[in-house]
Amino acid sequence: MVTTEARRIAETATDPELPMLTLVDLGVLRDVQVTDADTAVVTITPTYSGCPAIAEIRADLHRRLTAAGYRHVEVRTALHPPWSSDWITERGRAKLAEHGISPPDAAPEQPPGPVPLTLEPPRTARACPRCGDRRTERLSAFGATACRSLWRCRSCSEPFEHVKEI
Amino acid sequence: MFDNAYEALADSADDTRWAFGTGFHDALSGVDTDVPGETDRDQLATYCLMLGDDALVHAQRLTEWVTRAPDLEEEVALANIALDLLGQARLLLARAGQAEGAGRDEDALAHFRDEHEFRNVRLAEQPLGDFARTVLTVLVLSSWRLAVFQRLRHGPDPVLAAIAAKGVNELAYHRDYAAQWVVRLGDGTDHSHQRLTAALGDVWPLVDELFTPHEIERGDLAVDPAPLRAEFDDVLTTVFAPAHLETPDVAPRSGIAGRTGRHGVHTEHLGLLLAEMQSLARAHPEATW
Repeated sequence: MVTTEARRIAETATDPELPMLTLVDLGVLRDVQVTDADTAVVTITPTYSGCPAIAEIRADLHRRLTAAGYRHVEVRTALHPPWSSDWITERGRAKLAEHGISPPDAAPEQPPGPVPLTLEPPRTARACPRCGDRRTERLSAFGATACRSLWRCRSCSEPFEHVKEI
Repeated sequence: MFDNAYEALADSADDTRWAFGTGFHDALSGVDTDVPGETDRDQLATYCLMLGDDALVHAQRLTEWVTRAPDLEEEVALANIALDLLGQARLLLARAGQAEGAGRDEDALAHFRDEHEFRNVRLAEQPLGDFARTVLTVLVLSSWRLAVFQRLRHGPDPVLAAIAAKGVNELAYHRDYAAQWVVRLGDGTDHSHQRLTAALGDVWPLVDELFTPHEIERGDLAVDPAPLRAEFDDVLTTVFAPAHLETPDVAPRSGIAGRTGRHGVHTEHLGLLLAEMQSLARAHPEATW
């Protein structure tokens, strides 16, 4: 019962770079446990090794749970298994699209052997989140944050961001 | 209650930070960081320093492009690659500090060690020069590190394995980015081809060092890079063919009595890089901002 309450609070925390997404939408919240009456233990996972948002998320969870009366709040980081864009929920994907950010396709499979090299730009055309046209092109594999790439729609000429498959 | 995490930080009682992106410590916060009982802690610490210093020093070099890149997209790309590497470095140095058990954290290891205590390969510390040499260096280092990390995912240290598993995904797209630029420059104009060929002459003498293992890299905790050379050569051949590049016939750059970056023997460039990187932390030790 108390765990449900702590979980409900942790689930309201949002990503600082993509504030339309909760940690659940992003697939970053892994576990919430209440170990005794006033101790909450939350487990999160970083999206990318260098993602600076993880420290903010940790501080935010700490603050929200403390404000809700948990005197001891521990935020644990789980490095394994590594976060995948496949963990972004359906609701998260819908919210990204609603905010003009193209959601990721299925992440590439991790081969057991050497990782194949990609010399060509992506063949898959993303649908433009504004006009829906698929005549789009990638401008850069890197964007404003580690998890996004830059695209342009050749139909409506608007630039847009796409959450990378990883 | 706050609408976003930044507001929540502003008056956080137990937090000395006042600005976003500052004062972070403990990259492994909350990770189960026990060192398995049978592990040689000194070996683990040194191996983590080697892999961490490669990433830290290379990241520091790449950030030199920020505000100076040929266009905004490339600046963002190089800064993102540097950020991923810095993230890997933080985790690896934090792990090194725990294995060492002397109370040094990632910041102490990054900012308060001197040149001879850095264990990075010498290629990581070389000035990046022009854009051609930059993308070529990223291609070489990411291809090599990807081959190592892919195997390290199954290594005996659980934290190192988890860091490697995350790193593999990142290194794969660093390599794709660099490879695409090497093809574009090599297959571009006479001028771009010429610049890339000159860059290859500068970079190639330092490639052998990547595959010449230090004794710790031959140990049980580590991935021996020597057998990975064929895989690395295959990747580079795949890139060099459409770029019309040929592997130059140049002698490997020697160390001092066989000692190179992994032993703490560096070129003159590392000292200058560290002077810039460490000056603020050394001028204001223990400062938070």
